[in-house]
Amino acid sequence: MQIYLPIAEMPVSVLVLLGLGAAVGFVSGLFGIGGGFLMTPILIVMGIPPAIAVATQTAPIVASSTTSVLAALRRNALDLRLGLVLVLGGFVGTSLGVWFFAAVRRAGQLDLIITVAYVTLFTVVGGLMLTESLRGFWARRRGRARPARLGGDHAAYMAWPLRMRFPRSRLYASVIPILGLALFVGFTGAVLGIGGGFILVPALLYLMRVPTGVVVGTSQFQILCTSFVALVLHAVQNQAVDIVLAVILIAGGVFGAQFGARAGRNLRSEYFRFLLAILVLAVGLRFAVELVLRPEEPFSIVVQEAR
Amino acid sequence: MRALAPGLLALLLLAGPARPEALVVSLSFNRLAVTSTYAGTSVAVFGAIERDGQAASRAGGYDVVVTIRGPRQSLTVREKEALGPAWVNRSQQKFAEVPSFLAVLSSRPLAEVADEATRRRLRLGLASIIASPDLTLTAPTADDPFREALLRLRQRERLFTESEAGVRFLSPSVFRTTAPLPATAPVGAYDVEVVLLAGGVALARREERFDLVKSGIEQRIAAAARDWSLAYGLAAGALALISGWLASVIFRRD
Repeated sequence: MQIYLPIAEMPVSVLVLLGLGAAVGFVSGLFGIGGGFLMTPILIVMGIPPAIAVATQTAPIVASSTTSVLAALRRNALDLRLGLVLVLGGFVGTSLGVWFFAAVRRAGQLDLIITVAYVTLFTVVGGLMLTESLRGFWARRRGRARPARLGGDHAAYMAWPLRMRFPRSRLYASVIPILGLALFVGFTGAVLGIGGGFILVPALLYLMRVPTGVVVGTSQFQILCTSFVALVLHAVQNQAVDIVLAVILIAGGVFGAQFGARAGRNLRSEYFRFLLAILVLAVGLRFAVELVLRPEEPFSIVVQEAR
Repeated sequence: MRALAPGLLALLLLAGPARPEALVVSLSFNRLAVTSTYAGTSVAVFGAIERDGQAASRAGGYDVVVTIRGPRQSLTVREKEALGPAWVNRSQQKFAEVPSFLAVLSSRPLAEVADEATRRRLRLGLASIIASPDLTLTAPTADDPFREALLRLRQRERLFTESEAGVRFLSPSVFRTTAPLPATAPVGAYDVEVVLLAGGVALARREERFDLVKSGIEQRIAAAARDWSLAYGLAAGALALISGWLASVIFRRD
């Protein structure tokens, strides 16, 4: 079944998009990430103009993160206080990112910056997560239980000034590193056209030592706020949101996210980290291959304006 | 318009006031509504050659070349080059006013219709159109890799096509042709140029146009996104929030 997209100005197969939305929704529900870093490249490969792909895929992210946030609220798995601090930092970071994006685009090297950033970020984050989770597996196999988190094993940056209490996350930490993290995530998200959940989740897990149960809900809250603003901004500035495409992706996404969230609850914490690490690493390597391999077609066309 | 000026001038000089042949051209539609089920279409071009009573019959018969040009766009063609271990976009060439869609249909292979100089002058054939100097700001070189790439990439997307036997003569003076328009061809104004030749010389030229327009709900959505962008964005956001909430109500188990 084909349908013509009014903004993207091309026909697409509804079933393929529903399936795609469901698959990305599953992953997003499972790991508490937005899934934009999977959705955007796939939409572009399907022939949807990049600007419209980046703008429109924020809509299913808003939908699926709404569902996750509501579910987390019911299970009391959301640290609203931490979430609000993250949102605050995220908005500043997003604004800086949008400005940087425009500057690099003027310089004509946006593709390169994006690819290099993807490669570095994804392989570094994915690699760190993978070694960490493998270390956990080995420790378990040798019969040694990993030491439970103690009250005093916080990193030094947690003791910086402006300390704030986050009871739900059992955290008493300085706001500065948290705001800094949110700023970085917002900045990267705006430049790369992704929500940044895949950076936020491991950072909260490993750097902030927030309990796994709270991480997903809190990160989804931050993603919900950022992508809602991004969706409206994209609609106002670029008129690049295709509402028909959004509806199809949302329909698939909300179903996928439900099953993903359920699967995530039955997943053991070590497996959760291991699988997320593999996913992030795989995307990073894919971009690395693209960067290093001799391209089959070295030329590409970018349309500036149609009239 | 600048692109067509030399060709026009040549024809005027050539034909003068007492033109023995004239063209009558009609399209299968002049305005096509693009709806939610649109998956591409094809446009048929019908033509008749009207001959002045005194005109001598042409020994070699007539040739017809039909060129369909989609809405113009400005674009940049970039080339990736090796920089250390990585492949990076390095050199680029900007193009202005390139048709987003090009279909060239002729009654015989273009090489037999006219010689290369004539083809270049009248912009007959994809190669001649792409080689025309007014596409870029810098003067074109002999074999420009960027122009070749533009042609190659667009041909691969089926947006630039050339059909050597696309025009069929139904009688010595009546012809027709059909050009497929893929769904990826953008909406907008399309120019159809029909050139009549005989023995490598242009005799008459005629231009028609048709429009692909969004209609119904597609048109209203596109208009809302353009004219009411804030409301449109907020509506899209609200839609997403409500769907997320609905899903959590429907799937609620605990």
